Amino acid sequence: MTVRRTLLGGMLGLALAASTSGFALAQEAVKIGLILPMTGPFASTGKQIDAAVKLFLAREGATHGGRKLEVILKDDAGNADATRRLAQELVVNDKVSVLAGFGLTPLAMATAQIATQAKVPEIVMAAATASITEASPYIVRTSFTLPQASEPMAHWAAKNGVKKVFTVVTDYGPGIDAETSFANTFKEAGGTVESVRIPLRNPDFAPFLQRVSEAKPDALFVFVPSGVGAQFMKQFIERGLDKAGVKLIGTGDVVDDDILEGMGDVALGAITTHHYSAAHDSPANKAFVEAFQKANPGMRPNFMAVGGYDGMKLIAKALDATKGDASGDKLIAAMKGASWESVRGPVKIDPDTRDIIQNIYVRKTQKLGSELHNVEFETIKDVKDPVKARK
Amino acid sequence: MTMPVLETRVRQALFASRRWHPAEIVFWCLAFAAFLLFPRNLLLLNEIAILALFALSLDLILGYAGIVSLGHAAFLGMGAYAAGLLAKHVTADPFAGLLAGMGAAGLLGLVTSPLVLRGTDLTRLMITLGVALILYELANSFSTLTGGADGLQGIMMAPVLGLFDFDIFGRTAYLYSLSVLFLLFLIARRVVHSPFGLSLRAIRDNPLRAAASGVPNDRRLAAVYTLAAAYAGAAGALLAQTTQFVSLDVLDFHRSADLMLVLIIGGAGYLYGGLIGAIAFKLLQDLIASFTPQYWMFWIGLFLVLFVLGGREMIHGAVKAAAARFARLGKGAAR
Repeated sequence: MTVRRTLLGGMLGLALAASTSGFALAQEAVKIGLILPMTGPFASTGKQIDAAVKLFLAREGATHGGRKLEVILKDDAGNADATRRLAQELVVNDKVSVLAGFGLTPLAMATAQIATQAKVPEIVMAAATASITEASPYIVRTSFTLPQASEPMAHWAAKNGVKKVFTVVTDYGPGIDAETSFANTFKEAGGTVESVRIPLRNPDFAPFLQRVSEAKPDALFVFVPSGVGAQFMKQFIERGLDKAGVKLIGTGDVVDDDILEGMGDVALGAITTHHYSAAHDSPANKAFVEAFQKANPGMRPNFMAVGGYDGMKLIAKALDATKGDASGDKLIAAMKGASWESVRGPVKIDPDTRDIIQNIYVRKTQKLGSELHNVEFETIKDVKDPVKARK
Repeated sequence: MTMPVLETRVRQALFASRRWHPAEIVFWCLAFAAFLLFPRNLLLLNEIAILALFALSLDLILGYAGIVSLGHAAFLGMGAYAAGLLAKHVTADPFAGLLAGMGAAGLLGLVTSPLVLRGTDLTRLMITLGVALILYELANSFSTLTGGADGLQGIMMAPVLGLFDFDIFGRTAYLYSLSVLFLLFLIARRVVHSPFGLSLRAIRDNPLRAAASGVPNDRRLAAVYTLAAAYAGAAGALLAQTTQFVSLDVLDFHRSADLMLVLIIGGAGYLYGGLIGAIAFKLLQDLIASFTPQYWMFWIGLFLVLFVLGGREMIHGAVKAAAARFARLGKGAAR
């Protein structure tokens, strides 16, 4: 009897010791709630980011700061109510330490309140309206902002003899951002600008392009969401705008690497400014693109994939820095000022705005071998989001 | 048969149909007990309660008055934006928002009812669809007011009754939505079992005959259409308040189409159809989506096709059999 009791006591003691020593804690996975549009019109964004997140775990390991990363993927179909509910459920039921993903601006905005209330970092891997990071002190962005990409385009156009520009943007947060920052910068540089906005859902570009061809500008500046570029290009050519001598300029969204190959030669010669091209010339990027295409045959990584990959990198780095402590405030503190060599070039999280500081490249769409690529020919170093930098 | 006798009989029949059956009481007890039983799924339950209210609204016009609609989202959206804007600019009180949502949507229903009442089913489908599309584009265009495609941001709700704050677990949200659903259900139940409700069914089954017996068809239909619009507005207001966010999606076509599916699953023409359909639809969607985030639409589509081809009779048959038994019990008690 006594022997058995001692034995039991000993086992109990051992169990207690094991659970309080922090051994069990270190083994517990850090959960990341990944909310993406996997279905619906913006599914391409979701697929790119999902593939990139899986690639990150495969290439750089799932254990960081002594804790295993566990990703829970949810589909919001690009629908803000669903994003918000899924975020709430992930926080309440699955006890995730980090929310990530967010394919469109409204989706990221709808979740901001949850991030603040639950003190959970919200890593924006795609959405690109400048004001997103101001919606909550727990939002950090690893994609880019539209003003960041549009202002360099305005400078480049002004320097290269373009006088009159017609802007065509999609009518929602990022599009309006792109339009205002391009137009303001270009007007300051002495150019003239006319603008139209096209609806987000089911866009038909024909009537807008008709107006452009009547106005006879030197260049057409365009922003459309990731995945919609092919449609735009087709109608641009059908209207004969290329033959009328209208130069096509824009942010890199319209010549998205994911669908560039499908556009065919119509995209040739487009000048765009962006933070990432699959043709970026660095050994790190070559290895990344190769690994991505090996894991996902027939897919080329675009800027969405890079946003997703770097989002995971940022979470991993923050966990390394906190030695596995996944509480929201500690993670955010560790993320502020973090810097690393991304496949797109050097990047840093601005400690003041939690937005990303990165190089912006001016690129021209041309053929490399038999494939269409955006080839970078000019680099503007360490660009901060200009909207917040002015404040 | 003399008139007084007939009147007593009609009154008795109405009375019998109005009596609460034990199964109904169990249903509502379960709905409130779900708060304690599934503390992890309150957000989903809240969505179900809101969808149920929305379906109840469509059932009022489709099941009882025979008005088909493919644009019911117009009222949902109207209610959501009215409640959201009120909370943002005037008062954050939830009940004020609820009344504003119902009022705005009801007014829209009243104004558009002459259009809808004109013509046959096909015309009605097109007109309701058109009204919803117009509202969608209006909400998109007046982005200074509605936030356009970015959604209406920055809604902060005050606590319900000044006591219960909207929490992140959805506790207040579910109880609030469920209470509103229950209250409005009681009213709807009273309405459809009233002489007014009977006259609606008469119009649905044979408009000519109803008119010949002295029922003012147009006025009755306009009244129920307005009532249903106000109900949908309440659902919209609940959606806006519990998510503290309104996006253009509330006016989207798929909301109206999903609602039709909900009523097809649950069955139209008895108030519980919308509620049962909403529960089945949401649970199914949530279950399949958690298995396969990428291909859930395929599975739900397949399920619906199979369901409509054969399985539908199973649910409806079961409900009908149960209803028949209840009716017999009810008669037994009346004698």
